[in-house]
Amino acid sequence: MMSAQFEIMVIAAIVAAACALPGVFLVLRGMALMSDAISHAVLLGVVVSFFWIQDLHSPLLMVGASLAGILTIALTELLVQSKRLKQDAAIGLVFPVFFSLGVILISRYAGNIHLDTDAVLLGELAFAPFHRLTAFGFDIGPYAMWTMGIVLLINSLFVSIFYKELKLVTFDSSLASALGFYPVVLHYLLMTLTSITAVGAFDAVGSILVVALMITPAACAYLLTERLSTMIGLSVGIGIFSAVSGFGLATALDASIAGSMATMCGVLFTLILIFSPGRGLLMKLLKARSQRLLFASRLLCVQLFSHENQPDSDEEATIDNMIIHMGWKATFAKRVSQLAVQKELIFRQGRLMHLTPLGRETAKVIMLNCKMPDTSSL
Amino acid sequence: MTPIIPAVTIQDLTVAYRDSPVLWDIDVTIPVGVMMAIVGPNGAGKTTLLKSVLGLIRPASGNILILGKPYAQQRRQVGYVPQRNSVDWDFPTSAWDVVTMGRYGHLGWIRRPSKADLQLAMDALEKVGMADFANRQINQLSGGQQQRVFLARALVQAADIYFLDEPFAGVDAATEAAIVLVLKELKRQGKTLIVVHHDLQTLKEYFDWILMLNVHLVGCGPIDTVLTEANLKIAYGGRTAFIPYV
Repeated sequence: MMSAQFEIMVIAAIVAAACALPGVFLVLRGMALMSDAISHAVLLGVVVSFFWIQDLHSPLLMVGASLAGILTIALTELLVQSKRLKQDAAIGLVFPVFFSLGVILISRYAGNIHLDTDAVLLGELAFAPFHRLTAFGFDIGPYAMWTMGIVLLINSLFVSIFYKELKLVTFDSSLASALGFYPVVLHYLLMTLTSITAVGAFDAVGSILVVALMITPAACAYLLTERLSTMIGLSVGIGIFSAVSGFGLATALDASIAGSMATMCGVLFTLILIFSPGRGLLMKLLKARSQRLLFASRLLCVQLFSHENQPDSDEEATIDNMIIHMGWKATFAKRVSQLAVQKELIFRQGRLMHLTPLGRETAKVIMLNCKMPDTSSL
Repeated sequence: MTPIIPAVTIQDLTVAYRDSPVLWDIDVTIPVGVMMAIVGPNGAGKTTLLKSVLGLIRPASGNILILGKPYAQQRRQVGYVPQRNSVDWDFPTSAWDVVTMGRYGHLGWIRRPSKADLQLAMDALEKVGMADFANRQINQLSGGQQQRVFLARALVQAADIYFLDEPFAGVDAATEAAIVLVLKELKRQGKTLIVVHHDLQTLKEYFDWILMLNVHLVGCGPIDTVLTEANLKIAYGGRTAFIPYV
């Protein structure tokens, strides 16, 4: 039998993996806000179906909640199609209404049962291990582990079976349509799964964490890779990592588990945004810097070339002159000449700089084409 | 003698957004094997015409046949190059993968591209001079290179009729020449090419058939009979700057 701590971690990891899968496509389709809308709107579905079924743990609650999610999307799209509203405004209009209706219904009619609004927003993972599932008289683990395990299985199957179709529809929906795949059908399938995931997950981790776990891992992975399949794998990995490390943080700080996990998501994203080797801000800065230097070192070649074998060549070919004529700062001029030496474009002789054959060739090519060679291949 | 089936037949096509018509009562027959330009001023409905034929827009009325049958039955006979700016080029994928998407129609649902499909995609990249860029992330390609990738994607559709929506918009001269070369090669193979085109200057050089449009159909036929001063005046509202292209 697993310890409660470990069970919480396993549940959190399963939830994170299940959320990351639809999350990738939401992020790529520019529909991240939909996860927010769905994860809130499902509350109305849960409440209404609870009144009908009178059992807080019936799977039918999930069906009702998913329907509420799909209804949210359909209503949002109707509003967008009316051309009176943009999509973000339409989303912002529909789900607060659904959510508030759910809140009113709970506070008016369900005050004495376990359906409170705090748990809806933040969830309570810490209690998840107490609610257990039994089969044939045996304890087979926490209820949330099973529901989310099934959701994870459905999402994995969906993404792996329809990988090609999802990719095409997301990248170029008009070609998808022309080729006979149905973008609308795939769209609603994806939204249905997002709803089911949100319902299953919000029971365990609350709606805020659902949004964090759907969007952040995908946004992180987007910065790290240039391939969709890798992006999906990375999202799942990053989601699980934020969930597990967030649990560690919560234990260390004795703080809210869901809150700590969402915080870890944010921290991880910030780190990746700065340090990602491909699309990170730091790399971009470094690359721009080295491109500027390389460009300048080639400019130097042209400058030296045009004054080569002329009476003033001795005056022109010094670093001091570079600083004056090119309007460069002293430190920059020094770095440029260092790079040019290092790239064997020039060689130094006391104060003077001379072109190497390679440097001369570079200058000629540039002047011939009136264009710098590509510096992006650095 | 068997009747000759036209590549595209459009009957009584009217498309409207709400109550304002974008295309009004278009009747056109496009024979097999022509290289046809669709021309007309901005807002003339050129892209709308293309999208209607491909079933991407539901017309208010009209009947469209591709090689004698509705489009839904002829998908594999049709290749499509949408406008380049219609997709998000930051999408995490490679040029090779985008071209492979052209095979998806032949694969149908669920089945994944085979080695043969990947090879076809590579061959098409080779044909448009983009083989060296096969594994590049698509946002690292220039506009012209992206357009060539789109053309390669249409080539692997191995279709009989190709629809291209402004393939020359915003591309460099080298790309334009490369695209024209590929299109003329397709024409030699007996394919039908239908191209939304903006540049009246190159009309006569590239095309042998023309469809002139300004919501209404102005004319459709061999370029010499349709590209007339009178027609240009109707389509472009009498601005004589276009006359030199006749």
